[in-house]
Amino acid sequence: MSEKASNKDDKVVSAERAYSKRREAIQLFFSNTQGVVGLILVILFFASALFAPLIAPYDPYQMDIPQRLSGPTRAHIAGTDQLGRDTFSRVLYGGRVALKIAAIGVSIAFSVGLLLGMIAGYGPRWLDNTLILVFDTIRAFPTIVMALAAVALTGPSMELVMIIVIVIAIPGFGRLARTNTLAIKNHEFITAERSLGAPPVTILLRHVMPNVIGPLLILAAMDVPVVITIEAGLSFLGLGVLPPTASWGTILNEGYLVIRDTPWPVIAGGIPLVLTTLGFTFLGEALRDVFDPKLRKDK
Amino acid sequence: MWFYALKRTGLALVIVSVAILLLFSLLHLIPGDPVSIALGPRATPEIIERYEEKMHLNDPLVIQFFIFLSNALTGDLGVDVFSERSVARIVGEQLPYTLVLAVVGLGWAVLLGIPLGCLSAVRPHSLLDRITGVISVGTIAVPSFLVSIWALLIFAIHLNWMPVIGAGEPDDLLDQIHHLILPAFAIGLGWVGYLARLVRASMLEVMGENYIRAARSFGLPQRMVIYRYALKVAILPTITLIGIGFGHLLAGAVYAEIIFARPGVGKLIYDMVMSRNFPVIQGAVLITTAMYVFITLIADLIVAWIDPRVRESLQ
Repeated sequence: MSEKASNKDDKVVSAERAYSKRREAIQLFFSNTQGVVGLILVILFFASALFAPLIAPYDPYQMDIPQRLSGPTRAHIAGTDQLGRDTFSRVLYGGRVALKIAAIGVSIAFSVGLLLGMIAGYGPRWLDNTLILVFDTIRAFPTIVMALAAVALTGPSMELVMIIVIVIAIPGFGRLARTNTLAIKNHEFITAERSLGAPPVTILLRHVMPNVIGPLLILAAMDVPVVITIEAGLSFLGLGVLPPTASWGTILNEGYLVIRDTPWPVIAGGIPLVLTTLGFTFLGEALRDVFDPKLRKDK
Repeated sequence: MWFYALKRTGLALVIVSVAILLLFSLLHLIPGDPVSIALGPRATPEIIERYEEKMHLNDPLVIQFFIFLSNALTGDLGVDVFSERSVARIVGEQLPYTLVLAVVGLGWAVLLGIPLGCLSAVRPHSLLDRITGVISVGTIAVPSFLVSIWALLIFAIHLNWMPVIGAGEPDDLLDQIHHLILPAFAIGLGWVGYLARLVRASMLEVMGENYIRAARSFGLPQRMVIYRYALKVAILPTITLIGIGFGHLLAGAVYAEIIFARPGVGKLIYDMVMSRNFPVIQGAVLITTAMYVFITLIADLIVAWIDPRVRESLQ
């Protein structure tokens, strides 16, 4: 057999191996009940947020004072709030706010954290120490309290919530990216690239990044509920997304004010928060079990 | 150990300094006149003049910062411009309420979470282990402010078992305890799950170690092996978590205090944010941050002191 042909065979074999590995991972994931439940909840979250205008039975801002504070009825399956707005429709639209903040917040924190983490891991020692100090300092702050102070300055807004969420989430991604970069930094293929004269930027983007990005994706899944909870919490205090915008936090806020008259708004506003948290936590844990057996919790 | 302790303490000092710097910038970084921001639109010219003088606002910024810093380090956090009372005293009055809430909240979580984790690690896959697993995930998934709202709804409004708001009569200890139960339950609930999970995982890891197997093969009773040898090592990560947890509760008490209308530092900061009373916000945030940093520092030092492996890995 010529050398060329054997090379080709090798390629076929390795492609087959990669394929079977992937199939094995998918099988492993779907044999994990928690993971499947998580995936379903996460899909539900995305679908209900994206298609809210199609699913919602009412306009979330349409008031109907005579029908105010009603419990669940056939017309309003989650009841109505103090202005007679349909709570179910508001919850669906609230999911859009949660999705927006989670998607933008987590992806920016992910990118910045990944970049800073790789620089810390690959760059000179002093830069590493500085970045680690910055990460640790951010993590050592009581976040809610600092968020309150920030709101006191600028007034509540969705942009501020976004900034708070990003600042809080960056250190987690940065630390993880740094650890993984350190672990592969002195592998032969990196040393080879370096000795061939590849600039650091190429090495980081082409060779380091694909190897450190996996665990960060799992962390991203687990960070989504954290971000959503911060948004809901601040909005509940009246310091995040402001009424009349429907967000899970504002629904809880308005529901809290009428809690003695009707329990339904605080029940309906809280359930999606719990389900989304459960969904992303289950999904993240299942993904970790499948892709990162080293981190796997004892079973 | 000393090297580590110094390094860790240094980090804590850096964090507190950053916090002081941030809080100082609070009044100066934002656009606008710091006086009108601090005093609000209601201030009269006399108040403004007095305030400028008192806060050294006519001095250069660097000097102002050092005055602020040295005052903060000596415990002088300034004066609330409206009531003319010392900020340190205002915060000091609210602090005990928050501390009691955080201690009781974390306390019941520790007392329940650690034994649960232990028992489920001793008999993995038993019924108790499964129930604990479900409870852990369930409690972690409900954010603490939601637990507070739902607990208020169920136990105070619907069942009417607990008082709805306040901290109870100042002289009546029983009444105070009665008012403490729901908020403490609400902020501790999530930590039961966290602690149980962590203790279980770390116990299972330790139970597989050689020295535990050796202790067993010497015929030591199971109870002794578990509680004298395994738990002693398995508890270490928990101490770190309890330190972090206490700091979190201190800050997270904001929600419980607002929802149950209890006095406390969290409620104080919230009210001051609403009325834009900056000197008090500065002081209260600084004290909370410093306590949080101090508690996590103590937890880390305790772990390094108990566990030689941590010490060595850090050197």
